[in-house]
Amino acid sequence: MNDYIATYYNPEKLAKAWVVIERDFLRETGVTLYITLMATLFAIIIGLPLGVILVTGDSKGIRPLPKPLMAFLNGLINLLRSAPFIILIVVLMPITRAIIGTAVGNAAVIVPLIIAAFPFVARLVEGSLREVNPNIIEMSLSMGASTWQTVTHVMLPESVPSLITSFTTAITTILGYTAMSGAVGGGGLGNLAITQGQQRFNQAVLLAALIVLVILVQVFQSVGTWLARKSDKRLKNT
Amino acid sequence: MIELRNLSKSFLTGDGPVDALKHVSLTINDGDIYGIIGMSGAGKSTLVRCINMLERPTEGSVVWDGVDLGTLSKKEIQQVRHQITMIFQSFNLLMQRTCLENIMLPLKLIHTPRAEAKARALELLETVGLPDKANAYPAQLSGGQQQRIAIARALATDPKVLLCDEATSALDPKTTHAILELIREINEKMKITVIVITHQMSVVQEICNRVAILENGSVAEEGDVSQVFSNPRSAATKALVYPDMAEGIDSFGTAHQQMVRLVFQGAEAAATPLIAQMAIDRGIAANILSATTRTLGGKVYGNMLLNIPGGPDELATAVKYLSATPDVTVQVDVEYSAGQPAEKEGDVR
Repeated sequence: MNDYIATYYNPEKLAKAWVVIERDFLRETGVTLYITLMATLFAIIIGLPLGVILVTGDSKGIRPLPKPLMAFLNGLINLLRSAPFIILIVVLMPITRAIIGTAVGNAAVIVPLIIAAFPFVARLVEGSLREVNPNIIEMSLSMGASTWQTVTHVMLPESVPSLITSFTTAITTILGYTAMSGAVGGGGLGNLAITQGQQRFNQAVLLAALIVLVILVQVFQSVGTWLARKSDKRLKNT
Repeated sequence: MIELRNLSKSFLTGDGPVDALKHVSLTINDGDIYGIIGMSGAGKSTLVRCINMLERPTEGSVVWDGVDLGTLSKKEIQQVRHQITMIFQSFNLLMQRTCLENIMLPLKLIHTPRAEAKARALELLETVGLPDKANAYPAQLSGGQQQRIAIARALATDPKVLLCDEATSALDPKTTHAILELIREINEKMKITVIVITHQMSVVQEICNRVAILENGSVAEEGDVSQVFSNPRSAATKALVYPDMAEGIDSFGTAHQQMVRLVFQGAEAAATPLIAQMAIDRGIAANILSATTRTLGGKVYGNMLLNIPGGPDELATAVKYLSATPDVTVQVDVEYSAGQPAEKEGDVR
């Protein structure tokens, strides 16, 4: 243990690490946030409607869709969710290039991230919407609401606290995925930890990156939990 | 006027089809407070959901003011549901919205301008007696208050018909009474036809003018509340009207051949000390097995089950004596148990 500290955390290493931290950390934290927030945003834009369809289009839903279509959607989601992200990045390179013109760099990481995350978000949204009391949905239909109105006026508003919790889970998971961005030349804290820390035998950089990532997750989670609680009007005395 | 014509509904379950409703035919007139009463599983909830087409009947039709609802498109059914609204046992308010927003919901669905919808919602809060709860959330209200908000919401679109699905079953007796009063008021002032689904006799007694008794998906008996309850004919109705009858009487053993039921109609008859008088005048000391008094449509009804000691002669004397009293109906050799099939058959339609 003492040897380990002497090897990796001696004054020389710490000085080198500080140079990296001072020079790169703020920028790379920004990159991580940029990639995470963009990917989460688009994953929600695709995943939210898909999650709604998974619930309403179910054979017991309020607007059942053809069984083969539902089987296809479920199959696609399961397929994408079962592929490891690092594989997905590589496999999706041609698609990434087709969409944004390049397959390397920060923007190029966002595309596979969205594709990895939207099925996850869709499942989370599905879970949140299935929690909505079926009696409330029946009430909505009984007062003449259409399927669309039931979704927008009843199901989504009633599940806002649960959706916020789901999106918080999504954003922290996506933040974890960004560490693999280096595989296609993307940046961010995770990539910095691997290239500047692990590959250059500077454990202090790795540790510092880890600490920042932990803080980011804590902040996202705390804000998400606070928002979910604050938005929930089922709790008395609010 | 709502006519249910030969309505049947079956559900496919794992164990094959289940007939929830079997050839139900009822007519509900404008202005009625129509009670549909039955035990759990009798098909009440299915029946009320067929009226607004939340459940499509398997057979038969629902005709509202001459229009067969089964022939309407989805869009047209949605229009109808603004006119035939519903309240529920579990209130079903949006828990994430204020009371005001809850009441405005049906108006939003038909694209009423926001200011107009808000004015209407505030007015309805007055109607249901909760003007200070506009910005409260449902979780902050009691059950009775939540049901009032639900009633206000159901009235927002100026409906012609209000369906109440066990609307008071989750409430305590005092709150039930207050909510029923409100429903009666709405019926009278706004001329809204009300259909009340319930398993509670007291609810029907308190506000309904007409009643149908549902048993195993069929109508066992139907008519004016005072008539049906004062002189129940079907076994299902008797089980509801005389819930105390089935138990306890078996212990009298063979004596039930000598049983007589008296129904007193009106306060005057109910106030007569008839049994004591009979003991004095004829020397027959009738044994009172059970006796109740209830109010139906503002009229007092007494109900008594007697065991006449002695033989057929005493019985005949007693019946003759009792029948001679005005406003008293006598039934001899009464069926006392809910499950007597002989009587049931004749009453099933």
